[in-house]
Amino acid sequence: MEESTYTFLLRLGDDSLILGQRLSEWCGHGPILEEDIAMTNIALDLIGQATNIYTYAAGLTPDFNDADALAFLRFEHQYLNAILVEQPNGNFADTLVRQFFFDAFRVPLFEHLQDSKDTSLAAIAEKSLKESRYHLKHSSEWVIRLGDGTELSHERAQLAVFDLWRYTQELFHMDTAEQKLLAQDIAPNLENLRGIWLETVETVMEKATLKLPTNQGFFGAGRLGRHSEHMGYILAQMQYMQRAYPGMEW
Amino acid sequence: MSSNEWPLWEVFIRSKQGLNHKHVGSLRAPDAAMALQNARDVYTRRSEGVSIWVMQSALITASDPKESGPMFEPADSKVYRHPTFYDLPDGIEHM
Amino acid sequence: METRTIEQLSENFQQKIDADIKIEPNDWMPDNYRKALIRQISQHAHSEIVGMLPEGNWITRAPSLRRKAVLLAKVQDEAGHGLYLYSATETLGISREETIDDLHEGKVKYSSIFNYPTLTWADMGAVGWLVDGAAIMNQVALCRTSYGPYARAMVKICKEESFHQRQGYEIMTSLMNGTEVQKAMAQDALNRFWWPALMMFGPSDAESKHTEQSMRWRIKRYTNDELRQSFVDATVPQAELIGLTIPDPKLRWNEERGHYDFGDIDWDEFWQVVGGNGPCNKERIEARVKAKEEGAWVREAALAFASKSKSRQN
Ligand SMILES: [Fe+2]
Ligand SMILES: [Fe+2]
Ligand SMILES: [Fe+2]
Repeated sequence: MEESTYTFLLRLGDDSLILGQRLSEWCGHGPILEEDIAMTNIALDLIGQATNIYTYAAGLTPDFNDADALAFLRFEHQYLNAILVEQPNGNFADTLVRQFFFDAFRVPLFEHLQDSKDTSLAAIAEKSLKESRYHLKHSSEWVIRLGDGTELSHERAQLAVFDLWRYTQELFHMDTAEQKLLAQDIAPNLENLRGIWLETVETVMEKATLKLPTNQGFFGAGRLGRHSEHMGYILAQMQYMQRAYPGMEW
Repeated sequence: MSSNEWPLWEVFIRSKQGLNHKHVGSLRAPDAAMALQNARDVYTRRSEGVSIWVMQSALITASDPKESGPMFEPADSKVYRHPTFYDLPDGIEHM
Repeated sequence: METRTIEQLSENFQQKIDADIKIEPNDWMPDNYRKALIRQISQHAHSEIVGMLPEGNWITRAPSLRRKAVLLAKVQDEAGHGLYLYSATETLGISREETIDDLHEGKVKYSSIFNYPTLTWADMGAVGWLVDGAAIMNQVALCRTSYGPYARAMVKICKEESFHQRQGYEIMTSLMNGTEVQKAMAQDALNRFWWPALMMFGPSDAESKHTEQSMRWRIKRYTNDELRQSFVDATVPQAELIGLTIPDPKLRWNEERGHYDFGDIDWDEFWQVVGGNGPCNKERIEARVKAKEEGAWVREAALAFASKSKSRQN
């Protein structure tokens, strides 16, 4: 039981951390000050979520002492985030569409998890849900603005949707860890979230005058630790201090 | 110069239930919805508020400081609007 | 209504200033006062925004989750400070965009300290402790500045600044409690940032061309040298407490003055950096111009959407 919970927590926490890391690259470079501040708030929420999730996870494993060890000392194949969140920021539309696809998944996920039989997980979900709802509001409104804005913004948003769509299927991947947790009422059936997710996505796409691709997209294996080529560079930066100066307190 | 500058909005925040909304500053936003969100992110990062109003700055009508005499001085003589105008008998300290 | 002469208005204006009555946006003010304010506040705003870059440089490499969150929140605060200050300049009749274009065209300066690179993690400590520390000296004094919107912005900024210097000092303290490598890293950061931090207060009073008028208008409340001295007096004991050595052989306590004496600032370096020849001047402005240009289509899209939704409502 603990092992499946641990795996599930890593999948949850790594999504938050890696997306937070990506978003924080924008800090100081946003399209306008107000948006710079907004994106940094989201990055801060995500890093806070990762911290809470890792703190819980670290108690379930003898291999890592604390949240920081989990965040900074694993090898690439030990990170279980979806490939979607490690995609580069690209332009503002790429970042916001990536965020929107993710937020539309996170909200129903946390809605279910706040009723989890695992009370620690339920508490984390309850707090994170409030944040994710706000993120979804922010990202969906932006996707609509960009899609239904100018010709150029429409084009860029549409391209982002086509590009990133392929990474979304992985979000609903159920393997043995999720199956076991489902059986114990700890985690929801992710396959069932797909319908809710799609409804949100379709509603926003329609308002944004954007089209969804008809293909299914490829099957990513980030949840199993097999990442895109971007992941190594993210870790090279993120783990730089811990790797260059092992074992020190900061 | 490109003119893609967003309009200016004034932000008013109720810091807790029972208090008036108070002007806290301004920001730029393309529309009201985003002005509200930006106000939340810019002006309530340290839980400064429970309610936000935003209003486009251009819609505000302000009094002219040159006329501050006729506008505000008449009120200066209406001291009966202030509680300190009234004498209270000894023994009553709070009213 | 009677029309008053410029002389009467000016006299009246100075009387208000002398009585510490705040000047508000629609009040009459001398043209030079307005210009001086625009210059001072916009320089200050630009310093907040450009100042995000050297620290932003380390967000993705911060060594722990806590440090990452704190640094993000700190740099985000600086964006807010820039925003509050741009808002104050807007009350003087110049839009944020015009102000920013002046920066990008090199017409207005920002604090020269941000033209130095941040090379190690210890620089996050040195910047928070020294640079925010020096900024606070200035900003606390400016909470009582004569122009209302500027003073109110400063009050808000000072409230938020209080954690900035502490988090920087905390980073330095952790390093000084760490390994030899960490201690050396901290000392090296202090060595590089000490003198540029002293330069932040600007040229000495004898050289400063605006000081006298600014003091009379109360848009400045202390001279550059006074603020620099207070900073040195406050900072030296903090360095000693954690075992850092200030890189100034002439530094010593002067019992008679009740202040620290310190060595000569290399003003050539200061003017070089102010004049555009610092290590990072080019990168800093390029980054800001890039953000503005690459964001243009986003700002346009939001405006286009806003006007479409409006016409749909009607
Ligand atoms: Fe600041
Ligand atoms: Fe600061
Ligand atoms: Fe600052």
